[in-house]
Amino acid sequence: MTRTNEHERSHVLKLLTVITESVLEPQLLRDIERLGARGYTISSARGKGSRGVREAGWETDSNIRLEVVCDEATARRIAAHLQAKYYDNYAMVLLLGEVEVLRPEKFQT
Amino acid sequence: MDPIILFFLLGLIAGLLKSELRLPSSVYEFVSILLLLSIGLKGGVELARQPFLDLLPDILAAIAMGVLLPLVAFPVLLLVGRFKRADAASIAAHYGSVSVGTYAVAVAWLASKNIEFEAQMPVLLVVLEIPAILVGILLVRGRQNQTRWGEVMHEVFLGKGIVLLIGGLLIGWLSDPEALASIEPLFFDLFKGILAVFLLEMGLIAAGRAGSLRQHGVFLIAFGVVMPLFGALVGGVLGLGLGLSPGGTMLLATLAASASYIAVPAAMRISVPEANPALSLTASLGVTFPFNVLVGIPLYWRFAEFLHTLPGGG
Repeated sequence: MTRTNEHERSHVLKLLTVITESVLEPQLLRDIERLGARGYTISSARGKGSRGVREAGWETDSNIRLEVVCDEATARRIAAHLQAKYYDNYAMVLLLGEVEVLRPEKFQT
Repeated sequence: MDPIILFFLLGLIAGLLKSELRLPSSVYEFVSILLLLSIGLKGGVELARQPFLDLLPDILAAIAMGVLLPLVAFPVLLLVGRFKRADAASIAAHYGSVSVGTYAVAVAWLASKNIEFEAQMPVLLVVLEIPAILVGILLVRGRQNQTRWGEVMHEVFLGKGIVLLIGGLLIGWLSDPEALASIEPLFFDLFKGILAVFLLEMGLIAAGRAGSLRQHGVFLIAFGVVMPLFGALVGGVLGLGLGLSPGGTMLLATLAASASYIAVPAAMRISVPEANPALSLTASLGVTFPFNVLVGIPLYWRFAEFLHTLPGGG
């Protein structure tokens, strides 16, 4: 889908945000790259959820926030995979939203 | 009273009173990196003075102890504690492995009393980290194989703790003793100060476990106290059997008494995800670490002294 405004064209892609335990980081990166993500951004995070407060006071207790911009099919594929593989046993939240980007070729597989 | 213990108490009390105090996690990581390197370096320097092969019996004995302790803990947790198999195995693995923080406090305690100990203790510390993790995984999975051993081994052998300890050992071992003098101020002279900051944060972390302690109840508290005492008994007798000095015997008892809270939680999270990490961390951080630091270490010294007064003791 492409929207046009007066100055430039912007494109709508999906932003998949994963908030989860930092111990999963290496596995998670392997998973999402295999499933077609071209790139990602990771930041440390802390917060509270159904598995209690995760304070990030030290490493076993810390979370990461992983963001991926990609097309819808890839986002759905990654989300379904993560849900099946990790939801039962790990603290994990998946958020899926729309974002506009200026250079779609950067994010497409 | 030793000031480092008071730092720990400060953290503990501040945490229990819900003070805003917390160290930035990068500071905590930095001080734990310094501790691991200091312990490794110190051991490496001493090891350079003796042939490596002489250590083989000690290393094999440490491995045997690392296998035995979780095998004793597991049935107790399963049958008396009524934990699920995965939880019992994970807690058992934590108690079979060791805590570098506890070891560091014991070393500082010995140093403050001018008590000598053997150079190979840091090597045994490294060796003891590992077997219990593998035993824990096998207790859950048997030999049926969904376990991705490659990943687990990577986590176990290339975890931060092992890399820094072995790295420090090698650097200490290979360096010219005179050249090492230039880095001594940071790693050796400041050791106790660094340990004090580390213990302040550990106090805060332990206090953070108070809530889940209430939730998980009496058995976990009892286990967190009795298991280290049993471990100290095994470690102390083994130390005597290996012909260690009273200081070395006390350190081996302390290692056996301590429970991991860095290497094992990470490895278990990857390999036994169905185990609830709150249980094992509550026991090891909320009960056993404070117990060892405040009560255990002086007790293990008296036990080591006692063993060495027995007929046949060194």
